[in-house]
Amino acid sequence: MSIDISNFTPGLSLTGGVMIGIAAAVLVLFNGRVAGISGILGGLMNLPQKDAGWRVAFLAGLVGAPVLASLLGNPIALDIGAGWAEVVAAGFLVGIGTRYGSGCTSGHGVCGISRGSMRSLVATATFMASGILTVFVTRHLFGG
Amino acid sequence: MGLLTALFSGLLFGVGLMVSGMANPAKVLGFLDIAGQWDPSLAFVMAGAIAVGSVAFLLAKRRKKSLLGRSIQIPAGKQVTLRLVMGSAVFGVGWGLAGFCPGPALVAMGAGFPKAWGFVGAMLGGMVVFEIIERAKLTRQQA
Repeated sequence: MSIDISNFTPGLSLTGGVMIGIAAAVLVLFNGRVAGISGILGGLMNLPQKDAGWRVAFLAGLVGAPVLASLLGNPIALDIGAGWAEVVAAGFLVGIGTRYGSGCTSGHGVCGISRGSMRSLVATATFMASGILTVFVTRHLFGG
Repeated sequence: MGLLTALFSGLLFGVGLMVSGMANPAKVLGFLDIAGQWDPSLAFVMAGAIAVGSVAFLLAKRRKKSLLGRSIQIPAGKQVTLRLVMGSAVFGVGWGLAGFCPGPALVAMGAGFPKAWGFVGAMLGGMVVFEIIERAKLTRQQA
């Protein structure tokens, strides 16, 4: 292991993390709901949708954030290295995995750990481990 | 009012993902690649988010109703199940393949990246498959 110092952004990452924490705080303190994105999305597929409103509003904000950034002259730069086949396979696995696992990085990793949930701690340790293993296999065993 | 606070929360969440670097798959993969050139930045995202989040959830747990008078719905499950672990493991494989988890994928979709649209489409497909399987199970149990 070596630390990639050229891409290391502790200040910005901490700042962004605090913003995510405040966002989760707003949702739980005002709406009484957990900011878990896979759960918010998955809940829309469960009829009756009497509480669809806040879900749609939250998701609109999330999807609208880069649009707003772009309008303010700060378009987001990101690099999707994976090919189309990988992207589609990955999306499918993330979709089904987060529903069976009852959460993703936000619901378990941020909100769950914040409220001291053992389930979320185990879930987070599991998806981190399998994510690390997957990158190891694709980059170092089979990748070039 | 609830719609406004939810919209604001989503917006701030999205901005946080962008500022932190979490919305960038290359950065996420750099964090997961502990055997290569490791970029530990995303540990700082978690630290910042959890520091604020733990105070918020402490306050939320003490309240009967939210500030808008809604019921506070926090998951009550305590049992670590095989389903939780297997689901999370499958999620991790997808996360490690493309560098996207659900939130960042939605942000990248909003930014108009075609592959992010592909990812989100496939993710919704995976969620639909879950719904179909679970509803079929439910119907069989009821029959």
